[in-house]
This record gives sequence, structure tokens and C-alpha cells, in this order.
Amino acid sequence: MTDRNSEEKARLGIVVSGSLTHGVEVRLEPTVSVEDIAVGRYVAIEGAKHRFFGMITDVSLETIDPSVMITPPDVSDPFIAHVITGTATYGKLKVLPMLTIGGDAATILEGPQPAKTVPAHFSHVNLASQRDVEIVFGAEDEKRFYVGTPLDMETKVCLDISEFVKRSNGVFGKSGTGKTFLTRLLLVGMLQKNAAVSLVFDMHSEYGWEGKTEKGYKVKGLKQLFPSKVAIFTLDEESSKRRKVSTDVVVRIGYDEIEPEDIELLKQTLNLTEASTQTVYQLAREFGDRKWLETVLNLTEEDGKQLITRLNIHDSTYRNLRRGLENLRRFSFLVPLARENSVKRILEYLDRGINVILEFGRFDDFSAYILVANLLSRRIHARYRENSEREMGGEVAPARPLVITIEEAHRFLNPEFSSQTIFGRIAREMRKYNVTLLVIDQRPSGIDNEIMSQLGTKITCLLDDERDLDSVLTGTSGKSELKSVLSKLETKQQALIFGHAVPMPVVIKTREYGTAESYKELGFLEASELKRKTEKDLEDLWA
Amino acid sequence: MKQIKGQKSKIENALGKKIGEVIESRSAEFIGQCYKLDEAPPLGCLIKTQDKSGVTYGVVFDVETHSLEPGRRVVARGENLESEEEVFAANPQLSRLLATDFKVLVVGYTEGKDCHHYLPPRSASIHSFVYICQLEEVRIFTGSTDFLSLIINARIDVPVDEVVAACLRYASEAHVDRDAFLVGAGKELARMLSGDANRLNSLLKRIK
Repeated sequence: MTDRNSEEKARLGIVVSGSLTHGVEVRLEPTVSVEDIAVGRYVAIEGAKHRFFGMITDVSLETIDPSVMITPPDVSDPFIAHVITGTATYGKLKVLPMLTIGGDAATILEGPQPAKTVPAHFSHVNLASQRDVEIVFGAEDEKRFYVGTPLDMETKVCLDISEFVKRSNGVFGKSGTGKTFLTRLLLVGMLQKNAAVSLVFDMHSEYGWEGKTEKGYKVKGLKQLFPSKVAIFTLDEESSKRRKVSTDVVVRIGYDEIEPEDIELLKQTLNLTEASTQTVYQLAREFGDRKWLETVLNLTEEDGKQLITRLNIHDSTYRNLRRGLENLRRFSFLVPLARENSVKRILEYLDRGINVILEFGRFDDFSAYILVANLLSRRIHARYRENSEREMGGEVAPARPLVITIEEAHRFLNPEFSSQTIFGRIAREMRKYNVTLLVIDQRPSGIDNEIMSQLGTKITCLLDDERDLDSVLTGTSGKSELKSVLSKLETKQQALIFGHAVPMPVVIKTREYGTAESYKELGFLEASELKRKTEKDLEDLWA
Repeated sequence: MKQIKGQKSKIENALGKKIGEVIESRSAEFIGQCYKLDEAPPLGCLIKTQDKSGVTYGVVFDVETHSLEPGRRVVARGENLESEEEVFAANPQLSRLLATDFKVLVVGYTEGKDCHHYLPPRSASIHSFVYICQLEEVRIFTGSTDFLSLIINARIDVPVDEVVAACLRYASEAHVDRDAFLVGAGKELARMLSGDANRLNSLLKRIK
């Protein structure tokens, strides 16, 4: 009886019109109030042959007679209001059918399939049950990671992490909408499911060790949760010490590792003119790729004058370049000669399956971030490419998939630079070499369209700028419908996920992160438990 | 208020009673004549008439008391009398010269055990007796409001909406949950009058 009641409660209405591209229209049952309906919720439509799974994308108020709007009935009388509701006036939903679940052989054998038709007229529409959502988003297993729950439901929405890491992905959202929390979760997911190893360029030093919520309480970073699987590299040892972070490696970069391309990327931040960036190439030819920067920085004024006459460089261009390059001196991680090769160290860790988080400490401005991220990634990319070619030759085993996380991605991937930075190339083609990106950004419209269209899975928190919305939804079916869902997200803990790793777009309430219980669910063991576990493991080993 | 109560008890007394017989019959309506002058069923009342083929249900939509002789009009007689009863006492022929007729819209019939809310294949038999339905019968027949379309679409001299409203008010008394019945019927009317919001509005105000 309770079941029947809940079933009746879940009945929303019947399909009255619509199309596959624009979604079907559903006339609401008089008993259901439009105010109880929220866009982004899931419904199941019982077609004659298929069962459809869809998402509510719009809610509207309708009248059967326009004169009702001109001379509204006397709704102060509860009787009249009751009679009018659902008859002369009614609510209408727009539902985008996305999948068929059950019904034919393919869906039974292979799970939900994309909907290729619409349900017949007057098919019944119900709120999706927990079971429906489970069929669609799967339960948590060794491949799927639980990221959150659908709105108003307790079921888990799981992300297929093994699919997720196969392509570059993006996390978007306005500032303060929870991008960092989401990213932390995704990183944990990749780590937990062992699907890929991560390299995080952590501009604001918030992923590795403790971070703070907006309310001011602290949340654990990845290193605290999984000490044996995460290594923290730092560019700013002092900042890390002050924050009592246990760092593994202090990164130093030699002048010899900086190439003219790196300087070209810094054109804007170092305030260089077009001519001076071209001069860099000239200087590199003159002094050699590895020596040029050190030589130029150490030139005396006299030597400089001679140089520009010899190379026919304009005086103002040279001055502009010198001024720009002098700026690099304030980065204390840049040294004339690095004692150890940072790239090598990072690769060593990654090869061992240890995730690397590179903290920038006080160097959290764009020039340091762009310089270091690009420089390191370029070398790592070269290594992976080489490895992959050898693998084709049958020499080595395939490399563990690598996911490089970058923040403020529009600085690297804007149309002007995306062709020059290594990240542009990774986003376009590196899937084949087992390297993908996790792009985090608050201004997706700044990112090159070509790259946006290549992102496999996009996870977006609230965005309200029209251009950002358009950019995120490029190439997605049901764009205008999703747009209305996306711009209505709450500012906290809500995100729309769509793309490769989920069978259909889904709005989730992000999984809890930051409480002791949430850490436990993510696989974190307190020190005492860890000790007990180690002892038990030892016993098992010698038993 | 008192008057309504008095009227109600009068109806309750009349429930199930034989009140007259069919004197004119058509497919969609018939005219019944009361056995007693001025004791017609109220407007909107559900009545029935039975013959060999089954029961025919109808809703009273018009009541008329008139002289039996077409050329002879009724004249006022009570100028020097104290009460209306004395008029009849002084003129005992009156009750034989006058008659009360009621016009009925046919709204359904039964065939065996099935109850249909549409016109019967045959019109009511002439001289068949007319009864006021029992409350239980009213409740069962008005369990479905399909019959409303027969009234709404009838072409009669009396304002149709008045008949609908009277009928629903009358029938609602037979239902345990009066409000639920009226809301259900109201919704049915809202569907039927979907193109005429003003008419619906005024009708709803009459039935609550």
C-alpha cells in the first residue's frame, strides 16, 4: 500500500507534445504543484515500448483559455481555486528524454542507451525512482567513483573514472562555487580507483596540504589523506615550512632549462613587446638554447651595447627585453644551475604511481605559474610521447595514464596561446600518449573553442555569464535546455556534469568533503587505525 | 435559512415517493404531471421513471402550474379571504381545473445492472410513474459526472447553468464528502467549458 501511495505521489503527468531535439512537453497532474518541481530533476517516462529517462529542463504555467488571464477567476474562494487548478489552468514541464532504460534487448544487455525517439502521446511521466537513477549512474565499484547525489534524492551519482581519465576534462564555475572542492574530490577519485596518476600545478597551495573553506574551517589535503600515495613538491620552501607542510622535494629550475618559447608565453605578464620576444630567439641562436638566459642576464652594459650593434637589435627593444627578464630574478626557484633535475624527480614519482602536487607558495602570480607549468609539462609530455612510441615498438610497457591539473586555464588555453603552449597540444592530441588535462577555470569563454570542444567530461558549477555558458555547452546536444539548468544552479555544492564519463547530463549535490566521516568514506585512516592495520598486515605477512 | 431547511425536510419526506406520471415524452426530455397541485419536485432534482425496459433517470429543469383548459385563464380569487388555503376551500373545483407539470431532461438509464449516463434507446413510456430518487440512488448515479454534458448542451428555455448548479447542489447532499463531489464536478465543468472562462466562473459561484 505504501508503495502504491509513493508511486501515486511520484506521478507527474502525461506527455502531450514535443520533439526529440527540443524535449517533450508534459502536462502536470492537477494534484502536483508546479512549485514542487525543480529543473534538473529526473523523470521516467513509461512509453509503450521503451522506458525513457529524462531531465526536467523547464516549468511553465498554462491556461486553456486566454480569457482566464484577462479576467482571473475568484481564487480567494478555496473551492474555485481548487476546481480551476489543473483544469482551466495547469502546469507544464519540458522534459528532455536522454536515455532509454529497459524495454528492448540492447538496453537490458548493455545498459541505458541514448534516446533516439520520443515517448508516444499521453505516456505517463513519473519522478525517477532511486532504482532508475542507480541503473543510469551505476553503483560505486572499482571503476566508478561516487561524486554526489542528484537533487532531492539519496542515490549516488557515480563517475566512471576509467573513462574520465581517457580524455581531457574541465571543471568550471564562478569564483566561490566549489571548484576546488570538486577538484579535490576528483583527484581523490582518480587516486582511489588507481585509474591514473596526477600532477597538480597547485597555484594557491590548497590541494596537497590543508585548505580552508569559505567559512574558515580547515579541510585536509590529499597528502594528509593518502600520505603514501601523494608527494608534495614545492617551489617555495619557506612558505611550506611556515604552513607546516611536509614536503618531499624542493623544486629548483636552472636558467638553462628556460627556452625562448617559455619567454614568449610570458609576453603579457613580463610586459614584452613583439619585437623583444622575437629577439629572444635571436639571442638563443647566438648563445645556444641552454646558455642564453644566463648570459643575457649577466651582460654588463658595455657588453650589451656591443651585442645589440652586432646583432642589429634596436636599443629600446633590448631595454624592454632586459627589463622583462630582470623580473625573472625575483623568482628564487630559478637558479643559474639546478643541482638536480626537477623534471626527472617528478617523473620518478609519477612512474612509481605517486601523485605529485606542486605548490607555488608565494609565487602565486601568473608569470611563475605559466612559466613553471609549461616548462615542466613540456618535458613530461616529451617523455610520455617517447615512451608511447617505444611502447608501439614493443620495447616498454604502456605508461600509467597521467592527468595534469592546471588552474586558471584560460591563461594557457586562450586562442592566442593555445597553439603555443604544451597544454594546447595535450588537450588536442595527447590522449593517445596517455596524458590528459584536468582544466580548472572560472572564465571558460577565455579558452579556445577548439580545446573546449575536445574536453571529454565537463563539470560546471554555477556560471551566469552568457558567453561562459555558451562556451561550456559548445557542441552539447540540448544546449539551450542545459543552459537554463546551469544558470539556475545554487552557488554552493551543486554542479552539472556532462560528457564522456556520465551517460547523460546530471545535476548533483556534491559529495561531502571536510568532515571526519567524509574522510573515512574516502578511505582515510586515522593514525591509530593505520597503526592497527599495519600491524595486522605484518601479522598476515608472517603468519 | 429556515425556509431552505423546511424545503429540505419536505424533499426528504418525498424521497422515493411516487409524485406523478409521464404525460408527454421525447427522447431527450419528458413532461411529468404531479398528482397534487404545487407538489412538484424541486429544480435540479433527480427523478426516475420505470417501465419494462428499465429505469430512465432525469433532472427536473422546469416546473409549471397552469389551467387544464387552454382557453380558461386562472383568475385571482382571494381578495376577501384571510389565507391562501381559504381560496381552495371556497373553490374546491380549483384543484381539478389546475395542474402542476414538471419538465425533465433525460440524463441516463439502466439496462440490467448497468447504469449509463447517456440517452436511452427508447423514450420514457407515457403514463409511467415518476418517483423522486432515494439518496442512495442519487449517490450512485452521480458517482460519475458524465451526465453533466447532457444538461450543459441541452436547448431549453430555462437558463442551463441554473439547472446544472441546482442539480449539483441537490446531488451533493447525497454524498458523504460533499466538497470532494463538488470539486470533482467543478473540474468536469472546467473541462467542458474550457473556452468560456466567464461562464465557468459564474457557474462555479453557484454550486459551492
